[in-house]
Amino acid sequence: MTALASTAIVFTLIGLAVVNSSGWPAVRQAFLNGALFRASFADVARAFELNVKMFLVAEVLILAFALGVAVLRSLPGPVFFPIRAIAIVYTDIFRGLPTVLVVYVLALGVPGLQLTGVPKSAVFWAVIGLVLVYSAYVAEVYRAGIESVHPSQESAARSLGLSRLQTLRYVILPQAVRRVVPPLLNDFIGLQKDTALVAFAGPVEAFRQAQIGEAANFNFTPYMCAAVLFLALTIPLTRTTDWLIARDRRRRALGVL
Amino acid sequence: MRMRAFVMAVAAAVLVAACGSSGGTTASPGGSTAGNPCAKSNLTLVTPGQLTIGTDNPAFDPYFQGPTGHEWKGEFNHDPYNDQGFEDATAYAVAQQLGFSKDQVNWVAVPFNNSYKPGPKNFDFYLAQVSYSPQRAKGADLSDSYYDEQEAVVALQGTDISKATSVAALKPFTFGAQIGTTSYDVTNSTIAPDSAVQTFNTLNAALQALKNGQIDGLVVDFPTAYYMANIQLDNGTIVGILPSTAGKEHFSMVLEQGSSLTQCVNGALSALRADGTLAQIQDRWLNQAAHAPELQ
Repeated sequence: MTALASTAIVFTLIGLAVVNSSGWPAVRQAFLNGALFRASFADVARAFELNVKMFLVAEVLILAFALGVAVLRSLPGPVFFPIRAIAIVYTDIFRGLPTVLVVYVLALGVPGLQLTGVPKSAVFWAVIGLVLVYSAYVAEVYRAGIESVHPSQESAARSLGLSRLQTLRYVILPQAVRRVVPPLLNDFIGLQKDTALVAFAGPVEAFRQAQIGEAANFNFTPYMCAAVLFLALTIPLTRTTDWLIARDRRRRALGVL
Repeated sequence: MRMRAFVMAVAAAVLVAACGSSGGTTASPGGSTAGNPCAKSNLTLVTPGQLTIGTDNPAFDPYFQGPTGHEWKGEFNHDPYNDQGFEDATAYAVAQQLGFSKDQVNWVAVPFNNSYKPGPKNFDFYLAQVSYSPQRAKGADLSDSYYDEQEAVVALQGTDISKATSVAALKPFTFGAQIGTTSYDVTNSTIAPDSAVQTFNTLNAALQALKNGQIDGLVVDFPTAYYMANIQLDNGTIVGILPSTAGKEHFSMVLEQGSSLTQCVNGALSALRADGTLAQIQDRWLNQAAHAPELQ
């Protein structure tokens, strides 16, 4: 009850400060124009379809590719050092580069090579760029999960007669992946928003459609349409993530895992 | 061309008439009468006694001509290119008409979308090939025309699109335009291509996409099209000028909404148009002699 009251007071005060500021009428006209919001929403929503499609395709590719990188990086023994080294260099480079740079260079650069049989679509190369960058993050998340499984689990599995691959498949990965679901979802929330970067290479997605509306009307309201659409997608995912984290904590406390 | 000349003559006549009705002396230089709102001493300026003009950075040929790449380097408080280029020269002509000497002009770099954001401005007027539209005029003051604009299609020589002679023949191709430009709107309204128009943050990115074959044609204003086809691209060509835009579009200077300076800038522009200065500047910096076919 106290929490509710203090929250109400804080937000009322902030709201009053904003609404009574001298620039409020101009800002409201430029950012919160109801008529323009309604006029722009359909266009922005149509463009948002591209964000959703890119997100869905990239997510599946990232889950598979990153798992491969994480497994390669976890291979033991000196024989596999070159493979581990490649995996390390890859994650270092693509976690270190700004995502927009990777997308921009791939989507405008690779088609410039004029190679036959190589797609020229900017969307294709933007998805590849997102997969490369996000897989570097997600591979590290997977690796943390793999390393969190106690070594005795592997020893036990091997002593039961499972091969190294079987141990990985049936003992290590199921436990590892379950533990890293919350941080994985975290990365995917970021991925949803970064689909907007494809616009740098030409295709019109939701943010870019809002920008077009902005420039045509000298008014920033169309961005609010994009904001609403992105939130409609990300908030359910963030709530799900929180719920999964809470459930995980309960189960651990009960000793289920 | 004849049609265009006629339209321009009409526009000039209208402007002169408009100027006459609002008092022909509004833009006379040096006039310091207390009753003249456009006398230099009566102007409300960002920096008193100085005219602060904004444009985008980098600025582009043939509107601003400067060192390679046309980025402003170092000091932003003075003219980066010394009167070189169409908009640069136009800005100085307006400044002079308002009674400012060259060293009373300051330049500021302003990204396009900052030119119309709400709140106080850091420039007195802004010019960067901003096209007029009634919707835009609701968000900021837009001056009368300083250039009547036409949109043209740039392509690579020998491509299928370069052989098109009508707007209908352009439909199946993929087009690109710069984000936030009326070129984008015109592409959609005039050509209405079968596939979605691609947009780019910069014209350089759009040119790269054109070279890559990711887009078949690039729609830009005619002076830019001319510059691209003849100077920036090794194998560029202008497919043609889009018909419905001829004489209907123009560049406007952007001012703060409700600015008292707007009528003074308009007065200066109409005076410059009437005495032929604008035409001279246009002839010098925009190579209008280069003829491109009008698409049917």
